[in-house]
Amino acid sequence: MKALAARRHHRLAPVVLLLLALLVTGGVYAALAPSPAQADTASTADIETGKKLFQANCATCHGPNAEGTTEAPSLVGVGAAAVDFQVSTGRMPMQMNGPQAEAKPRQMDEEQTAALAAYVASLGAGPAIPTDEQVDGSKGDPANGMALFRTNCAMCHNAVGAGGALSEGKFAPPLWDTSGRNVYQAMLTGPQSMPVFNDANITPDEKRDIIAFLDEQDQGSAGGLTLGSLGPVSEGLWAWIIGIGLIIGGAVWIGAKSS
Amino acid sequence: MSTTTTPPVAAEPSTPIGKTADYLDQRTKIGVLTKQLVRKVFPDHWSFMLGEIALFSFVVLLISGVFLAMFFDPSMALTTHHGPPAIMDGQLMSVAFSSTLDMSFEVRGGLLMRQIHHWSALIFVAGIVVHMMRVFFTGAFRKPRELNWLVGTLLLILSLAAGFSGYSLPDDVLSGNGLRITDGVIKSIPIIGSYLSYFVFGGEFPGEHIIPRLFTVHILLVPALILALIGVHLFLMVLNKHTQYPGGGRTDKNVVGYPAVPAFATKMGGNFFIIFGVLALMGGTMAINNVWNYGPYDPSPVSAGAQPDWYMLFLEGSLRLMPGQAEIVTWGDFTLSLNILIPAVVIPGLLFTFLFVYPFVEAKVTGDHREHHVLDRPRNVPTRTGLGVAFLTAFVILALAGSNDLIATHFALSINTITWVFRILFFVGPVFAFWVTKRICLGLQRKDRELVLHGHETGRIVRFANGEYIEVHRPLDEQERWLRVNYEARRPLEVEPATDARGVKRKGYKKDKRWQKLSRFFYEDRVEPVTPAELAAAHAHGEHDELEPAHEAPALVSGSGTAEREH
Amino acid sequence: MSENQNPQGPSRDVARHDGDGTVAQTDRFVDPGVPEHHPRLADVDPKAAKRNERIIALLFAISCLGTIGSVVAYFAVRPDGTTPGVRMSTVLLGVAIAVSLFGIGFAAVHWAKTLMSAKEYTEERHSSSSSEEVRGAVQQQFKDGLEDSGIARRPVLKGAVVSALALFPLTIAVPLVSSVGGDWNVGSFRHTIWKKGTRLAYDPSGRLIKASDLTVGSVAHVIPDVPAEERESHEWITEKSKAVVLLVRMDPRDHKRDHREGASYDGIVAYSKICTHVGCPVALYEQQTHHLLCPCHQSTFDVADGAKVVFGPAKRPLPQLPITVDDEGYLVAEDDFNEPIGPSYWERLK
Repeated sequence: MKALAARRHHRLAPVVLLLLALLVTGGVYAALAPSPAQADTASTADIETGKKLFQANCATCHGPNAEGTTEAPSLVGVGAAAVDFQVSTGRMPMQMNGPQAEAKPRQMDEEQTAALAAYVASLGAGPAIPTDEQVDGSKGDPANGMALFRTNCAMCHNAVGAGGALSEGKFAPPLWDTSGRNVYQAMLTGPQSMPVFNDANITPDEKRDIIAFLDEQDQGSAGGLTLGSLGPVSEGLWAWIIGIGLIIGGAVWIGAKSS
Repeated sequence: MSTTTTPPVAAEPSTPIGKTADYLDQRTKIGVLTKQLVRKVFPDHWSFMLGEIALFSFVVLLISGVFLAMFFDPSMALTTHHGPPAIMDGQLMSVAFSSTLDMSFEVRGGLLMRQIHHWSALIFVAGIVVHMMRVFFTGAFRKPRELNWLVGTLLLILSLAAGFSGYSLPDDVLSGNGLRITDGVIKSIPIIGSYLSYFVFGGEFPGEHIIPRLFTVHILLVPALILALIGVHLFLMVLNKHTQYPGGGRTDKNVVGYPAVPAFATKMGGNFFIIFGVLALMGGTMAINNVWNYGPYDPSPVSAGAQPDWYMLFLEGSLRLMPGQAEIVTWGDFTLSLNILIPAVVIPGLLFTFLFVYPFVEAKVTGDHREHHVLDRPRNVPTRTGLGVAFLTAFVILALAGSNDLIATHFALSINTITWVFRILFFVGPVFAFWVTKRICLGLQRKDRELVLHGHETGRIVRFANGEYIEVHRPLDEQERWLRVNYEARRPLEVEPATDARGVKRKGYKKDKRWQKLSRFFYEDRVEPVTPAELAAAHAHGEHDELEPAHEAPALVSGSGTAEREH
Repeated sequence: MSENQNPQGPSRDVARHDGDGTVAQTDRFVDPGVPEHHPRLADVDPKAAKRNERIIALLFAISCLGTIGSVVAYFAVRPDGTTPGVRMSTVLLGVAIAVSLFGIGFAAVHWAKTLMSAKEYTEERHSSSSSEEVRGAVQQQFKDGLEDSGIARRPVLKGAVVSALALFPLTIAVPLVSSVGGDWNVGSFRHTIWKKGTRLAYDPSGRLIKASDLTVGSVAHVIPDVPAEERESHEWITEKSKAVVLLVRMDPRDHKRDHREGASYDGIVAYSKICTHVGCPVALYEQQTHHLLCPCHQSTFDVADGAKVVFGPAKRPLPQLPITVDDEGYLVAEDDFNEPIGPSYWERLK
């Protein structure tokens, strides 16, 4: 809870809350609905809806048939996983040009996202949306996840997923508030600057181990407040502000004459 | 204070303490020393306690360090870790890393001690820095304390060595990459670089010797040197007696303050407990260097935010700022890595050289051979204050450059832009800081003059019978005035002419001329203190400025502008 | 040392003539002397003193409670190895110890500030140097000592003692220096364990890599394929420090040029992961720009353009590992790197 409280004021907190709410809604819907809204079971009707959505929201940049333009890449063969990642994290549709598309409150609900994913998946074979089983961190091995994360992810996303800088204003986002499903999809599809970690490189089980490692971070630190888990720079800053601040405050009190 | 604390000769002691004291004194003559120390007068000011931050956090380092040494095993032998934390269970790692995990998760209070130790290390160096700032800006390094300044600067360097060697001991990925950078810097040293690298690592990086070696450096070599130098530092402090701030009755020939026992010593002891308390509080509530987040050292991984502890950040920043084009190949196909040597060797070399030589340079350009025990107000030595601020500016810019990736992510900036900005700021910033600080100092000095000459504004407006309005100024009391006039505005050195009376060229004239140039840089701009004559003249000129008692005024208008009769 | 009985007393230390060039300033104000001593509330009001005494006693009592609390926390909260469990133990112990220490610290300071004497004293300073007589006497003693030893008259002895003392440190230095650097074979910088036919494997799993496994935009962190048991030794860690490689597959059309002719396979390139600046693992591969960024000092390499430096403190491109595929389709090295990997050093080009 401590870790959660510390992040409550994060600028992405509203986004996360919204995401959570949507995920819960979506989850309830998925549980109650007769057939899950998944790409592999997509109906022709879904694809049709998806196509309409695509043409209204995405075609300006990605081309009327998702063939890509000078503005944006072709989406033929990117698969449902890529669409689900981009749209469910709010990165797509993009609102303004910047160094990279940033996560924001999602603009399409679970159903629309599924339809869009189904449409793009129908254009060419690509990675499918992972199953709930595949992204369930509680079934993974956090120790192995740690070893994999360290070698493959930590250089951009920081040792425990606090995020980090890339060149020219781009950045690797923090991962604590990212759902297991989105983490999995990101590895599978390599959104934007991120390279692809396909199943030959990091197997589905290993991907789940990485999610398990990230889940482990929700417990915070054994040593108390995490201070953002940013490493020595933030530690040094706090040493000066809290440590030297309190101690000099004490010295001023000691040196002041009693009235 | 002519009475002594020890009883007169031949009085038979009766209490246990008395008996012990008697026993000791018969063998060591300790009474003489104690007598001197017990009633030794120390001036009291909060800024004189900054050195205590360093001293006491060092004591805490020793206490917590002994605790850690009981459980730490500095071996690079490989082992498979079994036990908490979950993310490390079953991983291959060095015994050093595994024992760090064990002491954190299985020894009760172990993690607390580790965190106290690490926070103390950060505060130790910070304490040294703030103490040095106080000493520098008040001119406490002047004769006879130049030597103690050198000892202090050595202590600063040793504290960096202590911090760096300790930081690397857990053998984690973060510190391992730090060592790898160190190896890269060592290799860049011309001619002997490769051999020095072998010397340090006992072979190729990382080998299996570096952790045990650093352990010996960290727990024996450096602490022993630090302890010895702290001894020298305190001995010289007691020998020279403490400096004091300027004020009434304080001269270079006396020291005004409180006797060591009881009040001063009690405050000092209390300060130790307060500092220890702050460190315990930090260690107990704020996580620091959770090495299991980084994992055991492996040469392949690295994590974003790979930085050293704050006191090494300036080196990191300096390495980050240097453009790579500086690497050159000399005649004979030798590689000269100026892109590493300049930021990692030359820049810190210059910074520390500045610290080492400053007291001597200042003494030389001041032409000053007297002892100084009354401190300067920083404003009264504008050039020194400006240079100090310029130095700190350079240091801070480098440290910020060492954090440029975090600045980029937290302020949504491009890391490339930040790097370019800092590249320019590193040259412009200190100059600008010097200029601004010097101007501020001169401004404050002028304000002091103004205050001495015309007194405090009271806000009371007085109208004279002839219709003239003036504001009543209250003259400064003696103490206030003394604080503002009791300084010397130094003048640039005069040099003897190039030729003597017979027209023979004088040896050393050019050298003198160079020193004079530097001296001019220091003391050309100055504000002289007010003299009694000036004050008298100011009074004569604006005598009604100090119409003092209100009832002498013919008519009164209150300062707030509302007409209000006082009687 | 004298008590300042007469704080308003004038001081005489004003006009000074010093023979070192500074202008003597006679027109100076007179030192008003040490300011008057103002008694504190507790000095004049016994009630205030009593109140302070109670506060001090209370603070010491709080310290005792803190100490007891820390012992209770030590025995009652057993860290179970989980993150929350260890945190509970750490926080409780830390806070209790802090309370114990703060109690003593605040009590002592408050005591000193309110109840102990606050009278200022003035102590004379003496010159830091010894008197002329003492200096003369010491000089004479040294002269006498030198004379007595006869070293000036016996040049042979002088030479002998200097030689012996100057040489003796070698007895320690020679064994130390010759052993401390291992085998001193600095030539090992030049080679890694990659050789023709070494298969590429994923780090850390050790699985082999088929060219067909890599999709465009993929990146893999690669180690040479050695038996798993050999990977549990120091020799391996030292070798791995030089041998780690980053494998990237990009659209062949994106390649601006290949740094080493014939070294890539179907758009797959392998570059040393060790930065040519000071040796950090360079691993931040940006798939779209093909830029490779070092997180330590931000050297940026363009993988599409022979890994040449486009930004930052590194000068040289990352060395390329020439690769191809073997009969079974696995990626293999064609050779070792053709130059030393990692940071520059003096004799690198020799």
